[in-house]
Amino acid sequence: MAGAFQERYRPGDSRIHRLDPRIKTVTALFLILGVVLTPERAWPAYPLIWALLGSMAEISGIRAWRLGRMAALVLPFTLAAVALPFTMPGRTVFEILGLAASDTGLARLFAVVLKSWLSAQSALLLTTTTPFTDLLWALSSLRVPPTLVTILGFTYRYLYTLKEEAERLIRARDSRSGTLPGKKSGGSLCWRAQVAGAMIGNLFIRSYERSERVYLAMRARGYTGEMKGFSRPAPTLNVLLSGALPVLVLVLIEVMAVILWSS
Amino acid sequence: MFASHLAMHIPDGFLSVPVSLFGWALAIGLIAIALGQTKKVLGERQVPLMGILAAFIFAAQMINFPVAGGTSGHLIGGMLAAILLGPWGAVLVMTSVVALQALLFQDGGLLVLGFNIFNMGIVSAFVGYGVYSLLGKVTGHSRAGNLFNAAVGAWMSVEAAAVAVTLQLVVSGTSPLSVAFPAMVGVHALIGFGEALITVGALAFIQQARPDLVGRPNQMAKRGAGWIAVGLIIALVIVGFSPLADPNPDGLERVAEDQGFIDTAQGPSYEILPDYTVPFIEDSALTTIAAGVIGVLIVAGVGYGVGRLNRRSNQQMEQV
Repeated sequence: MAGAFQERYRPGDSRIHRLDPRIKTVTALFLILGVVLTPERAWPAYPLIWALLGSMAEISGIRAWRLGRMAALVLPFTLAAVALPFTMPGRTVFEILGLAASDTGLARLFAVVLKSWLSAQSALLLTTTTPFTDLLWALSSLRVPPTLVTILGFTYRYLYTLKEEAERLIRARDSRSGTLPGKKSGGSLCWRAQVAGAMIGNLFIRSYERSERVYLAMRARGYTGEMKGFSRPAPTLNVLLSGALPVLVLVLIEVMAVILWSS
Repeated sequence: MFASHLAMHIPDGFLSVPVSLFGWALAIGLIAIALGQTKKVLGERQVPLMGILAAFIFAAQMINFPVAGGTSGHLIGGMLAAILLGPWGAVLVMTSVVALQALLFQDGGLLVLGFNIFNMGIVSAFVGYGVYSLLGKVTGHSRAGNLFNAAVGAWMSVEAAAVAVTLQLVVSGTSPLSVAFPAMVGVHALIGFGEALITVGALAFIQQARPDLVGRPNQMAKRGAGWIAVGLIIALVIVGFSPLADPNPDGLERVAEDQGFIDTAQGPSYEILPDYTVPFIEDSALTTIAAGVIGVLIVAGVGYGVGRLNRRSNQQMEQV
């Protein structure tokens, strides 16, 4: 879980970094939508989409293969679709352990995996080039309820504080958990779970009391339930166009996919 | 637990576009109600409390305990949040957790975020809370009774979320029901056991240290919560039992495609499968899918109804 707290944002000054976060968010969503809508068997479309995302990565200063490798984090979920070739009817391509893999099932499996890998690259491009606070601001200007956005902002603000609080608890548990080689350490599974549970209960009380302190501090500074932020100018046409460009390229690929390759 | 992370956060590409959009519609409606309900109870304390407790769930998921063979269990949190904050508060807290996991760490996709929020935030909070409070009526609110009910609720909340994930994958045509359903329910029976143990551990500690924070659900908004919990449980029971009716996976898949989850690429393959177009199989499989759809529709209907009721009672309060 330690790696799970690694923030993905990488500071930079590329064209993509400088792009208005609202445009970037919408573009990323459209790209994902386009990827998911690709006809299943339009195989030539997938490398083209990858080339599009890869070149955007290169522009933003990330190597295309690195982005691809980072996006591989979605691959374990393939497990959910791995039974498809053996349950979908179709022409048998190969047999394994007496189970026949059908062509339709294999095609669907590959398409799903490719789509999720490409979608993850689009989402990663957004988060690696946009500071999270900018992303939140983009969400609020895209009509996500402001209260929810503020709650998300608070979660982000206290994420690392409470993570360190949890790490202190874990360190304390580690230092009281001595082990002797060859001897079973700790109690039963229930006991171990109960210890972890007590730590979580402890963390909850600390968090709850912290939220009370934070609230009182905010009250003292004149908080009335509304968060104030800076407003930004509407995006210029130029910015809009640079956001629309990758979407247009993708639309072109999709049109070709539907007309030429989805026979 | 690593496996739970893997199985619960659906990435983009695994759900079809109509399914994803439906998930967003469900999530947006219920989040809007949750925002209103918690605001009514907490007022301006809502933002710091919900925000910091979402960060708490995040941090709590770090605290793991060794299970066996190098695997470890950790909290998912829907049940614990629902006991401590009421179901609506839990929805908001879990929504922030799931949204941040997707936006910050790419755990789960963006287009499918609606259903990820629905599964881990809404289903687990409401089913957990529903079971916990229903059992509470039987056992009373003694400390031991609370712990027992929390254990059952935690296990159910994990299973319910797993069933919901399975259903979405099956309707999207990315997972065969006959394989995915037993696999997901089986794996999450174990994960749910871990969740139950750890929820009980946490709740026992909080009951000892700050008994004032537990067992005051009335203070937290819970209006309409019962209906949603009941609706979800009914929907999941329907879905849960439906695959038993039809053991033929091919027929299921076939119908999933016929229902409109195919694309043009599927055309030629039909010529090869006359064997599979047995009307009998199609019929029973159709009921399976239909049951799933009905289950989801019940949830949607209940959500909508609660929204209407909520609005009306708000108006009445304003008139008074």
